[in-house]
Amino acid sequence: MKILLMGNPNVGKSVLFSRLTGVHVITANYPGTTVGYSNGFMKVGAEKADIIDVPGTYTLEPTNEAERIAAEMVKTGDIIINVVNATNLERNLYLTLQLLEKKIPIVVALNMWDDTKHLGIDIDLEKLHSLLGVPVIPTVAVTGLGGKELVESLSRAAPGQMLAHTQDERWAAVGNIVRQVQQITHRHHTWRERLSDASVRPLSGMLIALIVLALSFGIVRLIGESLITYLLDPIFNQWGKVVMQLSDLLGGSGLFHNILVGRLINGQIDFVQSLGLLTTGLYVEFVMVLPYVLAFYLVLGILEDTGYLPRLAVLMDTILHRLGLHGYAIIPTMLGLGCNVPAILATRILESKRERFIAATLISIAVPCASLQAMIFGLVGKQGPQYVVLIFGILLMVWVFLGFIINRFTGGFSPELLTEIPPYRIPPWRIMGKKLGMRVWQFIKEALPVVTGAVLVMNLLYTLGVFDAIAQFLSPIVTGWLGLPKEAIVAIIVGFIRKDVAMGMLAPLSLTANQLVVASLVLAMFFPCIASFVILTRELGIKDMLRSTVIMVVSALAVGGLVNLILP
Amino acid sequence: MFRFRNHHRIGISLSENGFIPLTRMSDGESGKIIQVLGGKGITDRLTAIGIRQGQRITRIGGMYLHGPVTVQIEKTQVAIGFGMATKILIEPEK
Repeated sequence: MKILLMGNPNVGKSVLFSRLTGVHVITANYPGTTVGYSNGFMKVGAEKADIIDVPGTYTLEPTNEAERIAAEMVKTGDIIINVVNATNLERNLYLTLQLLEKKIPIVVALNMWDDTKHLGIDIDLEKLHSLLGVPVIPTVAVTGLGGKELVESLSRAAPGQMLAHTQDERWAAVGNIVRQVQQITHRHHTWRERLSDASVRPLSGMLIALIVLALSFGIVRLIGESLITYLLDPIFNQWGKVVMQLSDLLGGSGLFHNILVGRLINGQIDFVQSLGLLTTGLYVEFVMVLPYVLAFYLVLGILEDTGYLPRLAVLMDTILHRLGLHGYAIIPTMLGLGCNVPAILATRILESKRERFIAATLISIAVPCASLQAMIFGLVGKQGPQYVVLIFGILLMVWVFLGFIINRFTGGFSPELLTEIPPYRIPPWRIMGKKLGMRVWQFIKEALPVVTGAVLVMNLLYTLGVFDAIAQFLSPIVTGWLGLPKEAIVAIIVGFIRKDVAMGMLAPLSLTANQLVVASLVLAMFFPCIASFVILTRELGIKDMLRSTVIMVVSALAVGGLVNLILP
Repeated sequence: MFRFRNHHRIGISLSENGFIPLTRMSDGESGKIIQVLGGKGITDRLTAIGIRQGQRITRIGGMYLHGPVTVQIEKTQVAIGFGMATKILIEPEK
């Protein structure tokens, strides 16, 4: 048996899915969080049912990629749990009627039931049930209320009695139902609603955005740095002593020693420069990068779950129009500051292929992931904060100019912003904590084997002299145009695999501050890491991926070379 | 530029009936949606998200430089791109 969870965007399908199956999926307070579908299992009576979290859609006549997936999945279901936002019955029931026409057994989950009370909405459940002819269960997915009743009601799921309608007939039917079951009493504005209104007005909105972004940045830095200074560095100092003993045991040199411990600097282990598996490999991931990844996803989780991101989309819309996008593209972009992989996937919430191409290309080039950012803070920051500001400033400029150029030279036009602005909510802390845990675990799970592999292969290639040959071959570009020592080519090549390791490899080269700026920019822009590249190919198709790659290589070399020429 | 002209034209030709485009409303003002001008693509997207003829909406805010207009319909807020907002005709409440 296959059960589909379907409904409008941002009604809580994914939260309900996690409740029903125990499988945790990423949830957030903005329409379009789920862009692919997730599978899970659940017991219905004695039977084990397959349950699927379908991306949200307003209608079965899709307007974007995520909605297209939803419209196609309908046919595959045996039962549909139609999740409805109880505070917006009218619009949600339109999809309900469309689903009822499909003659598939349906149960309606009237979610966010708790919100109806303080909003002054009164819904007659009995009447709604008799008008729709299917079970109607009030639920509060974030607390789990109504979950049991919902599962029990599945056995009473009934196919719809509604006959095929036209759009107008459907809306008339919806209006008719709403008039009979819903009463709204006026309530005064709460502080959350006032704040909500202020967020989408120009002056107050910009002020709020500045405060939110400054606070976010401050908190990420504070948590990241505190974790490093007070927790992880002390631990690794102890660890260093253990590895030093191992180094003595291995005789202080040789291939095996180099792979595990790396090269000793003045007879000592240097966690940044030794480049061994147990030294730099662990240190880069767990001390330099992980704290920032953790801090970033904590702050992102708060921004997502309070519902701030769609407001940022409204604020950024005018600028993004110049780049051939609309405001909502800011959400994948913000996700990209964590990791480019989910960011490129999230471009599915954009309506056209053209927008998806522009957004994904800009993310790949000018939006550095948290791992890379952490390394830039860690390595370049030592030379002075002005160099870090310079790097991020240039990347921001590249993002704007490149977007402007691609927009000019790509045919077609981009549609406009149209999005629901969800109410501000206090984040459901437990669910948010689980999301944070999932994302951090995902990072460790993906980073650890790749980093280990990269350090291993790197050491072998070093020993075999392969890098020297490549470095020699490419030195005109790297030395002549970018002004970097030819050894930096190794780091750039490793950047294909992982950006953080690549940055780490620049450390032993004793680059000047300006060279570090150029190298960081080239690493950020040149080529997405292999994981992002695979997703980029899958999401854009081969042809657009190739176009995107050409833009990457050309712009990275152009910007790197120009910055090298301009910087004193 | 064409956006501005468009906006202007609708404003002139229909303001005699007392109808104005959504972009001309002031913040906090309410009114009834009289008509959505424009092709099926636009009306379908707007309809799907709950913006259709005959509904009462309240304008919450609009961004500078032809930024999106945010409106409220019953308990739901929707942000609408400027170009689309010029195509929504409103009869403001007195």
